[in-house]
Amino acid sequence: MYGNHDTTSVPVEAPAADDPTFDRDFMALIDDDGRVEPRDAMPDAYRRGLVRQIAQHAHSEIIGMQPEGSWIGRAPSLKRKAILMAKVQDEAGHGLYLYAAAETLGVDRADLLDRLHTGRQKYSSIFNYPTPTWADIGAIGWLVDGAAITNQVPITKCSYGPYARAMVRICKEESFHQRQGFEILHTLSHGSPQQHAMAQDAVDRWWWPSLMMFGPPDDDSPNSARSMRWGIKRFSNDELRQRFVDMTAPQSHALGLSLPDPELAFDALTGHWRYGEIDFTELFEVIKGNGPLNAQRMAHRTDAHERGDWVREAALGYAAKHARTEAVA
Amino acid sequence: MNTPGQGRAGDVAIYALGLGDDALVLAQRMGEWIASAPELEEDVALGNIGLDLLGQARALLTYAGSADGRTEDDLAYLRGADEFCNVLLVERPDDGDFAHCVARLLVFSAYQAELYARLASSGDETLSAVAAKAVKEVAYHRDHATQWALRLGDGTEESHRRMQAGLDAVWPYVDELFAADELEPGLPGVAVDPAELREPTVAYVSGVVGRATLAVPDVPAAPGGGRAGRHTDALVSMLAEMQGLARAMPGVTW
Ligand SMILES: [Fe+2]
Ligand SMILES: [Fe+2]
Repeated sequence: MYGNHDTTSVPVEAPAADDPTFDRDFMALIDDDGRVEPRDAMPDAYRRGLVRQIAQHAHSEIIGMQPEGSWIGRAPSLKRKAILMAKVQDEAGHGLYLYAAAETLGVDRADLLDRLHTGRQKYSSIFNYPTPTWADIGAIGWLVDGAAITNQVPITKCSYGPYARAMVRICKEESFHQRQGFEILHTLSHGSPQQHAMAQDAVDRWWWPSLMMFGPPDDDSPNSARSMRWGIKRFSNDELRQRFVDMTAPQSHALGLSLPDPELAFDALTGHWRYGEIDFTELFEVIKGNGPLNAQRMAHRTDAHERGDWVREAALGYAAKHARTEAVA
Repeated sequence: MNTPGQGRAGDVAIYALGLGDDALVLAQRMGEWIASAPELEEDVALGNIGLDLLGQARALLTYAGSADGRTEDDLAYLRGADEFCNVLLVERPDDGDFAHCVARLLVFSAYQAELYARLASSGDETLSAVAAKAVKEVAYHRDHATQWALRLGDGTEESHRRMQAGLDAVWPYVDELFAADELEPGLPGVAVDPAELREPTVAYVSGVVGRATLAVPDVPAAPGGGRAGRHTDALVSMLAEMQGLARAMPGVTW
């Protein structure tokens, strides 16, 4: 998913062996690394937790179309325009796969969208940051899609079959997106001084928010333990964050761009990159709705949805009318 | 209007540029719907259509530019509105009204389907190759617009009213599609005579309009002139957005 910082929702209790609803066979299946399929019996809390996670993942995909979509009309070359259009369209497709995966759990897309529009379900806070320059498109691809891949690859092995399978398709496309973002930044970084500065500025702004996409530190992540017990989450927030840093720090050298963390250094003893302390107070502000663009993102989404009301009603009306006609005929 | 190259090669280039500009400007309009469509499936579908059109535009602009050493980006980003030679139908803003989007796409894809079907046997190899690929793409666009015109026309009272209004709004720009092209007579076997496309295009669209329980608008034609570089303010503002960054930093690679 785009973010793990699902800290505002009410944590669902992890099943305990002494809980009367605890389904011993179910947990045996999970422990055995088996796949749960839509028609299998599953504990209610497992179902609810999954619906919430998949829905919020789907919401993130579609809200994530906005910051980049705003550059489709302004992309500085036709080749870049085509790549960006295809990328934003891919994100819509990801939304579709994920809503479909959530629907296998007995909810419907219209209801999930309603929960998004009324603020009862969240989307990844990363999309509440602005994209003032073209270099932001590169930085989003490289860092945000990069963090998404890091988060999502383990979900391809998660315990719920439809979610895992959706993620296999999605991850393939996300890795294209990351490469394309890297390429945009590489071109800018090796272009004119003004282009280089634009690329550096975008990376400076996106670095810390992308580290926060992995969610709060492990000691402070109430939902992680339950997700891990259920085989939905395979690695902790901090483990995934470390993986991401280990992947991107060397790439920044290839880009000729620096990362805005004076403490970032390779630790030969552990084989990992050490990084400075993350200021999570900012993340929590953005989650609470005080990010730069929370209100604008939601307004855009609900506006598009409401302007489409009559279109969706027409499609339903037409389908109903023609189902009747066929029945009569 | 621009004169890329001289003589026959120059005429072919100008002809390709007109068709390329049509595709580019409509691709730009389609791009405006991505992340703003009435439902997620439509974000994907309109994105697909925009990508097809952009692909056609790139092939045609590249070909047009080859006559005088300009790239697709030189042509897309460094010409003013009065140098664009698209028809006015494609530059009209949708103003976020899906019925306008569907009405325009229905008319334009029906026209393009007839155009590319004929251009596929053009004596010019590049044009025929572009058209042979595009003809399959626009068949999908036309089908998509047809399905929506039927749903909106014969859906609810509101959608019927809006779809009719959408058709009424685009109809004044239909005539220009078939206006005599001053280049075409000089390019026998290469270019398609636009007048030839009127009957089959209008027949297709009218058929859909009838099935959708809508009426073919009876409205006077708007002044044309797009092929000669006479455009509306809508194109000027579109280009200001599209070209802003490229023009602010000329000569760099993106
Ligand atoms: Fe995605
Ligand atoms: Fe992506």
